[in-house]
Amino acid sequence: MAALPPRFADWFARNGWEPHPHQMEMLDRAQEPASLLIAPTGGGKTLAGFLPSLAELADGSHQGLHTLYISPLKALAADIRRNLLRPVEEMGLPIRIEDRTGDTPASARKRQRADPPHILLTTPESLALLISYEDAPRIFAGLSRVVVDEIHALAESKRGDQLMLALSRLQALAPGMRRVGLSATVEDPPALARQLACHPDPCKVILADPGPLPDIAMLETAAPPPWAGGGAVHAIPEVLAEVRKHRTTLIFHNTRAQAEIFFHNLWLANEEGLPIAIHHGSLAREQRQKVEAAMVSGDLRAIVCTGTLDLGIDWGDVDLIIQIGGPKNVKRLVQRIGRANHRYNAPSKARLVPANRFEVLECRAALEAAAEQDLDGEPRGPGPRDVLCQHILIRACAGPFDEAELYREVKTVGAYAGLSRAAFDDCLDFCATGGYALKAYDRWQKLMQRDGLWGLRDPRTAQRIRMNIGTIQDTELLKVRMRGRGGQPLGEVEEGFAASLTEGDTFLIGGEIVRYEGLKEMTVQVSRSANKTPKIAVFGGTKFSASTRLTERILELIHGDWQALPEDTRRWLALQRDVSQLPRGDRLLIESFPHDSRAHTCLYGFAGRNAQQTLGLLVTRRMEEVGLDPLGFVATDYATLIWGLEQVDDPAPLLAPQVLRDVLEGWLAKNAVMKRTFRASATIAGLIERNLPQNRKTGRQATFSSDILYDTLLKYDPDHLLMRITREEAMKGLVDFGRVEEMLARVEGRIDHVVLDRVTPMAAPLLLEVGKVPVAGKGRERLAEAEAEALMAKAGLSSGGLQ
Amino acid sequence: MNAHAFTLAGCRLEARPTGALWLPDERLLCVSDLHLGKSERMARRGGSLLPPYETLETLDRLEAELDLLAPDTVICLGDSFDDLGAALALPDSLRVRLAGMQAGRRWIWIEGNHDPGPVELGGEHMAQHAVAGLRFRHIAEDVCTAGEISGHYHPKHRLPRSGTSRPAFVYDGTRLILPAFGTYTGGLRCDTPELRRLFAARAIAVLTGPRALAVPLP
Repeated sequence: MAALPPRFADWFARNGWEPHPHQMEMLDRAQEPASLLIAPTGGGKTLAGFLPSLAELADGSHQGLHTLYISPLKALAADIRRNLLRPVEEMGLPIRIEDRTGDTPASARKRQRADPPHILLTTPESLALLISYEDAPRIFAGLSRVVVDEIHALAESKRGDQLMLALSRLQALAPGMRRVGLSATVEDPPALARQLACHPDPCKVILADPGPLPDIAMLETAAPPPWAGGGAVHAIPEVLAEVRKHRTTLIFHNTRAQAEIFFHNLWLANEEGLPIAIHHGSLAREQRQKVEAAMVSGDLRAIVCTGTLDLGIDWGDVDLIIQIGGPKNVKRLVQRIGRANHRYNAPSKARLVPANRFEVLECRAALEAAAEQDLDGEPRGPGPRDVLCQHILIRACAGPFDEAELYREVKTVGAYAGLSRAAFDDCLDFCATGGYALKAYDRWQKLMQRDGLWGLRDPRTAQRIRMNIGTIQDTELLKVRMRGRGGQPLGEVEEGFAASLTEGDTFLIGGEIVRYEGLKEMTVQVSRSANKTPKIAVFGGTKFSASTRLTERILELIHGDWQALPEDTRRWLALQRDVSQLPRGDRLLIESFPHDSRAHTCLYGFAGRNAQQTLGLLVTRRMEEVGLDPLGFVATDYATLIWGLEQVDDPAPLLAPQVLRDVLEGWLAKNAVMKRTFRASATIAGLIERNLPQNRKTGRQATFSSDILYDTLLKYDPDHLLMRITREEAMKGLVDFGRVEEMLARVEGRIDHVVLDRVTPMAAPLLLEVGKVPVAGKGRERLAEAEAEALMAKAGLSSGGLQ
Repeated sequence: MNAHAFTLAGCRLEARPTGALWLPDERLLCVSDLHLGKSERMARRGGSLLPPYETLETLDRLEAELDLLAPDTVICLGDSFDDLGAALALPDSLRVRLAGMQAGRRWIWIEGNHDPGPVELGGEHMAQHAVAGLRFRHIAEDVCTAGEISGHYHPKHRLPRSGTSRPAFVYDGTRLILPAFGTYTGGLRCDTPELRRLFAARAIAVLTGPRALAVPLP
């Protein structure tokens, strides 16, 4: 084993520390082409990643960029720089460290290109931008190591695919470059290692001591959780008591809207004025930075937050994690719990608070799974081609390239190792010509070949391509500001929500109730309001699907021993059993009942949210065909609730597997989910540009919708590359037809249809679920006609119009 | 009856579910803002390479209306082409198709802000045109006399309770604005001040779709 260089050994000793075994092992394996370290938070993971770089740079002989550090979060890059500066300063190492993110001023970014620091801390998007420059070969010529932090968070999304493609480019520019991945606990470390390595290089997995088992349990509350909803108001007193007992508590929520509601109620109950803040991705950067600073300096007792705090920023002294709502996925729960307690050898402590009765089951199942270290996860499949298209365009920005050479580079990315030459050529053709069957555009192609090399036809295109780099899909968001001079920025809301507001409406943002005053220059203007019953802002919160393992465990729990469940949950299940039936794994329970003057049908498939959503799309499409006039549906991890104008008397024919498969074929073509997927892929692949050199267009002839592009392609060029990508992507994630088929196979036609005259205990939570999907069809048209007539009558107009 | 029938300046009109306007007494069909060649223009100017099928799609829908109604006169209310270059670059197949659609009837191109000046595609070219007490022009005038029919704004509207926004006609006792008929054309919401200010307090929006739906404008 390599010895720690004396200067480093002294530094550890001076601080009274001993290097961890995994830190020494990383130093030992510094020359290997790739290694992946899996260690719990607080285990000195970052230092382990950087030690070899610091050692190699200690003698001051290296010129230019040596190590690139990539993190999924801008804030993390800044945080790491601060932490890294400490050993560098204390040991007097001659190392320049800088960060480069979207927040870095243009002047600094320009200087970094001319004179790169030894260690550059950045994000996948900023790196993609860097490799798009013509001087990339010079910037990266001496690059020796790349450290990818929180790689598990990146690897689950297209950001990870984009990053790995960028690394393949870096490897070509700096053949000696070594790769290091740092990760929290994951279910399949070798798979993650394969994603990281330059294919087919090996990648050693180093497992750090996972530390003691976490202290994790349900939070006992005096009031039972309600049947439905996600507010968890019942738990406010107990949560407040926990906050009082601990130094710093992170209170996690699954959605931003839930975090806002909870924070509001917590604040109302916080009579002694404990310093509690809120932090989520829709809040203005200024707001978030204020909270982050207060957190680091230890001024806060609790933070109500969402996934934005999932990643390992050093948030001071967190000693308790509270998870409100079902954790959806055991792996995420375990990773969140890891946020508590940065001391390596003390167990982290977490409490779960189910927000409704159903989540009691989910939390109980997740606790059991966590105790058994039964982590869940879905394999990711081959690398997405929309990301590859963007990579090709980025490569073209940097200068002419040889297609065979680029193909070889791409194949060194684990996820693209199986990419065929034909599939690669399709992507190249799309980038060059739009890939249309009708070659009307040959004169105006984006890329063209000169002397055997591909390049941009018009070099000015580079600017537009660079402006649209990235794979993160934003919904259209509008900024919210206080009205008046230099109005304080509060955050962002979805455009659709803003459109639903009329002057005087109140809503919650940043824990404050504000009054909507109007829309001015694409900004929502608000004022402070004392209203006690605000509307709830719709934020684009991520929706996760519960894993197969978790839903299986929940079904087992419903039919197993209720002893571990709280009294109220047992009563709720008993009531469901009495008025209807309990869902079972080997049968499909369907309930039909009227509610709010609409016929409702609820299907308890327990197939996870995405599959239940697909079931909703297929069944409503079938209902449309047989004249049942469905209006919409909503899906959760355990059920799909459909409503419409006509009652469903016999659901079995709607669910015949062959019928559903046929419907899937026809349906795949035209529905809201496919259009959403198309929009995402078309944006990533560069067909739709989010940002244009001139400012965002407002008003007249605003951008046509991507839905129209989709419809046009479907009609005239259904086999277009982007349509094929859309089908692949939809099948992969959102559609999850595999789980629908699994469920139907499990049930084998054993369907129990219960017809009732009112909502059942288990269906009730679905009525409050957000994310309702409208069904465009005859039913909706009937309603629109009725509504139009009513509006005309109310205005005293005949349907003949103004006379 | 899926169209919305109403009168303007004493003339009988029908707002069709497709977004076209029909004058039964004159056997006249009017469409606005076809924006033919939009994808071609965007590609030519270095923008996105959009699917190049929208001209075909727009003409398909227009031809379906011609087959159904057999008008004597067709008025295209301006911005028929995304720019003059797009008109010139129209593929031969579509040029022939358009000529076929024009055969045996009067065809009037009103000039718009995107396509001023003559285009070489048959038909008559005018800045504006008057028929049966109605005046057809591309952009609504700030102060207008009764019977003005225009396009340009691409109005769209949605019902408060049901559904997404759809291209819409808007009219009051004095004027009518047509929705855009072209395929890759966005829209401007009827309640934006820029558009709303053109109409009296009592005005009506007619949503396009499976049926034309008339609703009072807020």
